[in-house]
Amino acid sequence: MTTKERAAQRLADGTPAEGEGQQKVTNLWADAWRRLLRNRAAVLGGVIVILIIVAAVFAGQIAPYDYAAGDSADNYAVPLWICKVMPGNMEAYATISDEFTLGADYLGRDLLSRVIYGARVSLPVGFAGALISLLIGLIYGCISGYYGGRVDNIMMRIVDIMYAFPTMLLIILLMAFFKTTFSGEPVPGTAAYTFGQINDAVDGLLGLEGGGMLFIFMGIGITAWMGTARLARGQILSLKRKEFIEASHMIGSGDMRIISRHILPNIMGPILINVTLAIPGFINTEVFLSFIGLGVDPPTPSWGSMISEGARGIRSYPNQVLVPALALALTMFAFNFLGDGLRDALDPRMKGTS
Amino acid sequence: MGRYIVRRLLNMIPTLLFISLVTFGLAKAIPGGPFDREKPLPAEIVANLNRYYGLDQPNWKQYTDYMGLTRNPSGEYAGVFQFNFGPTFSSRSRTVNDIFKDHLPVSMQLGGGALVIALIIGIPLGIIAALKQNSGWDYLSMGIAIFGVSVPTVVLAPLFIVIFALGLHWFPVAGWGSIDKMVMPSFALGLGYSAIIARLTRASMLQVVREDYIRTARAKGLRDRVVIIRHALKNAFIPVATVLGPMFAAVLTGTLVVETFFAIPGLGRYYITSITNRDVPVIIGTTLLYAFFLVVANLLVDITYGFLDPRIKFD
Repeated sequence: MTTKERAAQRLADGTPAEGEGQQKVTNLWADAWRRLLRNRAAVLGGVIVILIIVAAVFAGQIAPYDYAAGDSADNYAVPLWICKVMPGNMEAYATISDEFTLGADYLGRDLLSRVIYGARVSLPVGFAGALISLLIGLIYGCISGYYGGRVDNIMMRIVDIMYAFPTMLLIILLMAFFKTTFSGEPVPGTAAYTFGQINDAVDGLLGLEGGGMLFIFMGIGITAWMGTARLARGQILSLKRKEFIEASHMIGSGDMRIISRHILPNIMGPILINVTLAIPGFINTEVFLSFIGLGVDPPTPSWGSMISEGARGIRSYPNQVLVPALALALTMFAFNFLGDGLRDALDPRMKGTS
Repeated sequence: MGRYIVRRLLNMIPTLLFISLVTFGLAKAIPGGPFDREKPLPAEIVANLNRYYGLDQPNWKQYTDYMGLTRNPSGEYAGVFQFNFGPTFSSRSRTVNDIFKDHLPVSMQLGGGALVIALIIGIPLGIIAALKQNSGWDYLSMGIAIFGVSVPTVVLAPLFIVIFALGLHWFPVAGWGSIDKMVMPSFALGLGYSAIIARLTRASMLQVVREDYIRTARAKGLRDRVVIIRHALKNAFIPVATVLGPMFAAVLTGTLVVETFFAIPGLGRYYITSITNRDVPVIIGTTLLYAFFLVVANLLVDITYGFLDPRIKFD
């Protein structure tokens, strides 16, 4: 870097030259981190998220039973304490068995183990959704906002059209398409076969034996990037006429350099906030898909499919639907607290807004 | 204003055409046909059925026939452009229009009920929180709001059933058709949206009460209630109005979960069945209908902007 460039850089970043600033140099991220730690709700949310991650990673060690195998003798088994708590006097008909802390489902599979393994589905979906929406949205929005003009017009028109899609219906249709096209035994060499291979690899990576996670990622990814793209574009439009960008242009920086060094660091805050706050939504989408039978393939447990299985016996065995439902609610709480805290920390001006 | 609306309406046509094309493509790409049965039908019968429904035509022709852009095999223009959403493969005597007529009002009532609940809970909650910022009321309202955002419909619905139907026997477990059956589904669907509205109302209210014109109104000696209702609320409502359109569309598609839990004969549940049955006309019809609601809702929002805030000009 030449001296001139370094000077422009300092101008752009607002960092003082050597020996110039006497006060302690603080940067945005360290500041934000301190504010985040001071927010008790956010810390609680973060701790819960970490606990759920740990549960997901070490599901094999934590879960007392296998998630797929059940004994028909244990069908609908209910521990005594649940009988006492739940309405409907289950003692009259339930198989009482304290072998299972939270009871067993209609195939005699331990609910606790299935809920723990279910985190291996929900968490990756949340993070993958966020990552895809971040990557596609950011790149798309940067190109559109930075180059402007006709490119911007066309690209934003496409986003508008995507926005007009009833998202839920599109995802359902996409999942139906993925599920039928890539299931079964495709012939080696075809696209379906390749996708199947990638999917198996993804499932293996997540510690699941089957499940079809790749297709859920794809379904959510296709419908998740538009918000980020719009936000990134808007941010860039307001930034690109600023003096420090002009200055960078003047000393001859290329587009890539300006985007990566000067624009991205300045727009990352709001975008990260946005993406974090979207995580519960992605988790919810997967739960919904599994609920209607278009999410993960059985016997892989998803909280959504557990809720749908449990809902069938809701009159007699309410614990079967409540266990996964409460696990889901806890996860959503944690991510919402964390996301809210992150927003307050990264952009104190936005505190308390939606 | 008039020209703006006309231009927006014209813009809808390519958007909806594109959506119909993508939906048709996806629906057709799903392997299997509408007449696949556990026990296969004789080939001649399938061929006859295919001819009857025009499924022996090339795909592009089926699409243009369905949209009403070309003459269908019976020599008529009968398609979406003529407000004819085609036959349904699952019933000979009914058309997709009939299905809409039967099931859409149910989903609409459910969605409408949910939206009303979202508004009557969300707006007062947001106003109270904003007017008593950083007080116990504020924290309580925002606590309720974060609960609403975090607990999705899939969780609320069974929770309500277990507590209010099985435990307390206040409401029937499932079904549709009377007011008492509407309560739980509407709450299960609307509570999450009330949280969004509460937070939005609070944020925009906080911004508005600091504006100069509010100070002017107070300086004029207007009563507090008049200032809040006439001057602050109207302006604070603008951001809320902008989410109502997309929210209504989301509520409509969101009715799907609630419909399944409470056994409500809405359009959402029918849509899922139609995918399993490869009932392509129902799939495209429903998607187009909801997409239409979505774009119209967005347009209405943009128009209400102009009424609520005279500073916004259309070009």
